[in-house]
Amino acid sequence: MYAFTYQRPKTVRQAAGLIAKNVDAKLLAGGQTLLPTMKQRLASPPAVIDLAKIEGLAGIERKGRTVVIGAMTKHADVGTSAIVREAIPALAALAENIGDPAVRNRGTIGGSVANNDPSADYPAACLALGATIVTNKRKIAADDFFQGMFTTALEEGEIIVKIAFPLPSKAAYAKFPNPASRYAMVGVFAAKRGSEVRLAVTGASSDGVFRWTAGEEALRGRFSPKSLEGLSVPADGMISDIHGSADYRAHLVGVMAKRAVTTAIGK
Amino acid sequence: MTTVTMTVNGKSVTANVDPRTLLSQFVRENLRLTGTHVGCDTSQCGACVVHVDGRAVKSCTTLAVSCDGSSVTTIEGLAVDGALHPMQEAFREHHGLQCGFCTPGMIMSAVDIVNRKGNALDEHTIREELEGNICRCTGYHNIVKAVEAGARAMAPGATSIAAE
Repeated sequence: MYAFTYQRPKTVRQAAGLIAKNVDAKLLAGGQTLLPTMKQRLASPPAVIDLAKIEGLAGIERKGRTVVIGAMTKHADVGTSAIVREAIPALAALAENIGDPAVRNRGTIGGSVANNDPSADYPAACLALGATIVTNKRKIAADDFFQGMFTTALEEGEIIVKIAFPLPSKAAYAKFPNPASRYAMVGVFAAKRGSEVRLAVTGASSDGVFRWTAGEEALRGRFSPKSLEGLSVPADGMISDIHGSADYRAHLVGVMAKRAVTTAIGK
Repeated sequence: MTTVTMTVNGKSVTANVDPRTLLSQFVRENLRLTGTHVGCDTSQCGACVVHVDGRAVKSCTTLAVSCDGSSVTTIEGLAVDGALHPMQEAFREHHGLQCGFCTPGMIMSAVDIVNRKGNALDEHTIREELEGNICRCTGYHNIVKAVEAGARAMAPGATSIAAE
C-alpha cells in the first residue's frame, strides 16, 4: 500500500470540507473493498478520510412504511436487525449472505452502494425496492443513482448519509454466488409493492445493476414464476469471464428471477 | 505518523504509526503478538482474524488507526492465567489442526460464532459460519468437531472437556 495522509473527521460537514479540499482523497467506510484495492496498488489516494468516528451515521429505524438504514451500518447489523427482519426480511437475508462473517462485521451498506461493484448485492436491493439514497446534499432515487459499473450519481464531495427503503408487499433475493468469492455471479432481487413490480439484476451486466423490464412486465399480470416461463434475456453486454460466459449469465438471470419470485410468494 | 490508542488483550497501548499500518502488522510487529497469522493477506483466508470490540474481523483488512479507542483481542488474549480457553482446549483435544497455521484465526472465528449463535451448534451451521476461514491442509473434519465441542464447553456451568 502506498503512503497516505489519514484524516478522522467528527462530522459529515467536516468530512465534506476535507474532501472538497482534496478531490483525490478517498472516503473510508468499512474498508472491505477500498483497503484490498489499495493493498494491490490499484488505488493510491493521497488521503484517506475515515468516517468511523462520525456519530449518527450508523443505525436502523422504522419510519412508518419505510426502513431507514444509516450509511455506516454494518452488513452484520442489517442482517440481524429485528426491525429489518420484520419489515423487509429479504433485505436482512441479503445482508446475512454477503461475503463471510468477518467481512460482514466491517463492511457497510453505504460503502457498498457508493462503490457500486457490478457484482455487489446491495445495489440490487436498492433498485428493486425503489430505495432513496440520502446524501449530505440531496435525495437520490435508486433509479437515478446507479449509472454503470463502479459509477454512481454521487458528485465530488457528496457523502451518503442514509438509505431509505419503502416496505414491499412481497420481496426476495436469489443469488447464485461464485463458489470462491461469494460475489454474485448473478443475483436477482424481486419486489412487489402495490401494482408495481421490480426485478433488479446484479452480477450479470458489464453496465452494473439493471432492471429486467421485460420480466417486470410479465410479472405485472400475475406475480408468479410461471409468468417468466419462455422469456429470455439477451446476452449482449453480459459479463463474460473465467467464471461464466455471457450466455450462461443471461440464462442465470431467468433462473434466479424465477427463484426470487418463488421465494417472494412463499411457495 | 498518526497516534493510535487501543486496548489489546486488556492492556492499553498507545503508538505512533504510519497510517497505512494494518491491524495485523500492528499486533505482530509493534506488539510482537505473532499468534495472529497472515495467510493470504487478501481477506480470504481468515488466519488473521482478531476481535475488535467483541466482533471477529480480518486484521489484514483493517487499518490499525481505525481501531483507535477500540478493544482488541488476539489469540494470545484468550487463555486466562495459563489455562487454555475452552475453545483452545477443544482444538487440542480433537486435534483440530494439521500444520496449525490457520488455527489462531479458526479459534477466534469459532469463539465469535458461539458469541452470536450460542452453544448448541450443528455441523451445517459451523461449516457455513467458517466460510471465511480456509485450512490449506483441508483438515476441516476435526476443526468442525472441535468447534462443536468447544461451543458446548463454553456454556455457563459446562464442565471442562478433560473432566468428561
